[in-house]
Amino acid sequence: MAVAQRKQEATEARLSAMAVPEGGAWITEARGAALARLREMGLPERRDEYWRFTRPDTLNQHEAPVADTLDTQEAPLFDGFERIKVVFVDGVFDADLSDDLSGEGLSIERLAEAAQSDIHWARDVYGMLEAAGQDPVQRPFAAMNSAFATDGVVIRVTGKVERPVSLIYKHASDVSDAILHHVIRVEEGAELTLLENGPAAARFNKLMEIDVADTGAFHHVRAQGRDHERRAVTHMFARLGTESVFKSFTTTVNGVLTRNECVIELTGDDAIAHVAGAALGDGDFHHDDTVFITHDAVNCESRQVFKKVLRNGATGVFQGKILVKPGAQKTDGYQISQSLLLDDDSQFLAKPELEIYADDVACSHGSTSGAIDEDALFYLRARGIPKDIATDLLTLSFLAEAVEEIEREDLRDEIIGRLEGWLERRRG
Amino acid sequence: MLEIKGLKVKLEEEDKQILKGVDLKVEAGKVHAIMGPNGSGKSTLSYVLSGKDGYEVTGGEASLEGEDLLEMEPEERAAAGMFLAFQYPVEIPGVGNMTFLRTAVNAQRKARGEEEMSAAEFLKEVRAKAKSLKIDADMLKRPVNVGFSGGEKKRNEILQMALLEPKMCILDETDSGLDVDAMKLVSEGVNALRDAGRGFLVITHYQRLLDHIKPDVVHIMADGRIVKTGGPELALEVEQNGYADILAEVA
Repeated sequence: MAVAQRKQEATEARLSAMAVPEGGAWITEARGAALARLREMGLPERRDEYWRFTRPDTLNQHEAPVADTLDTQEAPLFDGFERIKVVFVDGVFDADLSDDLSGEGLSIERLAEAAQSDIHWARDVYGMLEAAGQDPVQRPFAAMNSAFATDGVVIRVTGKVERPVSLIYKHASDVSDAILHHVIRVEEGAELTLLENGPAAARFNKLMEIDVADTGAFHHVRAQGRDHERRAVTHMFARLGTESVFKSFTTTVNGVLTRNECVIELTGDDAIAHVAGAALGDGDFHHDDTVFITHDAVNCESRQVFKKVLRNGATGVFQGKILVKPGAQKTDGYQISQSLLLDDDSQFLAKPELEIYADDVACSHGSTSGAIDEDALFYLRARGIPKDIATDLLTLSFLAEAVEEIEREDLRDEIIGRLEGWLERRRG
Repeated sequence: MLEIKGLKVKLEEEDKQILKGVDLKVEAGKVHAIMGPNGSGKSTLSYVLSGKDGYEVTGGEASLEGEDLLEMEPEERAAAGMFLAFQYPVEIPGVGNMTFLRTAVNAQRKARGEEEMSAAEFLKEVRAKAKSLKIDADMLKRPVNVGFSGGEKKRNEILQMALLEPKMCILDETDSGLDVDAMKLVSEGVNALRDAGRGFLVITHYQRLLDHIKPDVVHIMADGRIVKTGGPELALEVEQNGYADILAEVA
């Protein structure tokens, strides 16, 4: 059987159990187009180059394997922060658990409601940035998300918003899937900090489109943790205008399968895009960061900083690309991906790429895998710090470059506290 | 305090004998200095006593107040009172100096069954001790040794020593990379810690450090052995004549 045909049949088999939700004209059109894209490309297979390091099988099945919810005494992340909470339980917005969705310089709507109107400003973004991000590399789960997502938030930011918007995903029942789609438009000179945390479902497909207008700023801090057996495939598609800023940080602990794709297009001059990740994996852990940054304007800066600590057979994947289009002069591109392998069973698979069509650019990239620094370990132990605690300190030290990408100090400390807590629990 | 008998050590990775039978006894309240040419085994001795990997003890013994050091993990030796001021203090990005210092102090207290210090208590203690070593708040806040000058790194070592209050201090070429002023500051820090209950072993190439930290006993080490022991005058002799005369005399 030809590959294309087999792929098509597998895709149709999966789609037969899914229904495109009802909605108003604008979203029906967007969903229809997304479904057509998905049918055209088909669901990924292991032999697909872009899925060489991460098996898509369990993402393709009709139902995901059940994921037990983790019960911890730990205080919820970002607890005590001044923020606007937007809570989703098993992939459905929960008004009772959420705060009042209003704030100065900010409008927040449920996607499920925005989808009922016949026309909405989000039509210029929803599925649009995703569609644009399908070239040159296909991202079938993103198209699937645009076609089938029933809920999410639609946020428009018109001012400098102090209070972060905090998206919280709760996994309450045995439901297999949650599909959420968020649309964020940051208008000129506006600023938003978005927080995300929680496991959502046994299998979580989440997509976020972020359209940052000229001089707008978007800050993002995300934590993926708790339920160990969860699977997640997430996408961020960002379009950045002139002098805009986009900074995203993700920490991932636990999770049998996580694939985080981030696709950014710098379309206006002097824009800045930073993406960073710090992952801690122990045992049955597979974590994949796939990043694609396109420079299509002059004098833009992009940074990718990804660090993974892997032990007891955990796997880390990094596929990161910087594409500098013709004319994108004075591009400053930096990419680093590093793993700290705490034993011989763990592995890190990296595919760093640079593709440059402009002649006046500065781009650098590096990728390393290494063990713990024995001299540093001895130094700490010689001061009386036991080996396991010393190893954890050096683990945090290793992750620091990524964590320091978080600009707000209180958020940075919150994340560091979380990482410390996780390490401490592992020590027992 | 520290007792070393016939200590023989080779490198783990290769068949190279570094220490060929070291005998040394440092009494509480005394400062012993070890001098010797490059490659004589001075630094190896300090590493073996503090428990660094990569060395194999092939004979002899070493004890601190009667406790067998060689059987202990590095952190256990530290908790038992052993302290090594490193020749090259290690940089640890992302870990605040303060966090490091407090983790170390509390780990040792815990190991000894003492109560851990609260953050506030500790801060007070650090500030007082840092001040005399001219270590400012910024140096305490920065990541461990990152971006520190040579002098700052050595002062940070002495600050650790002051906070951990060890019984036995080994200073491994603490004078290397120091200018005159820094050496004076570091020496003052060490001298302030001199105490009837504490022993010091000062490893150095040069006599000048010993002008500031006055030793009670001076040993000359060569080819993995202590070849000569004397008073402070022995250091002066080395300074004037080099090692050649002494080595020729004992050969």
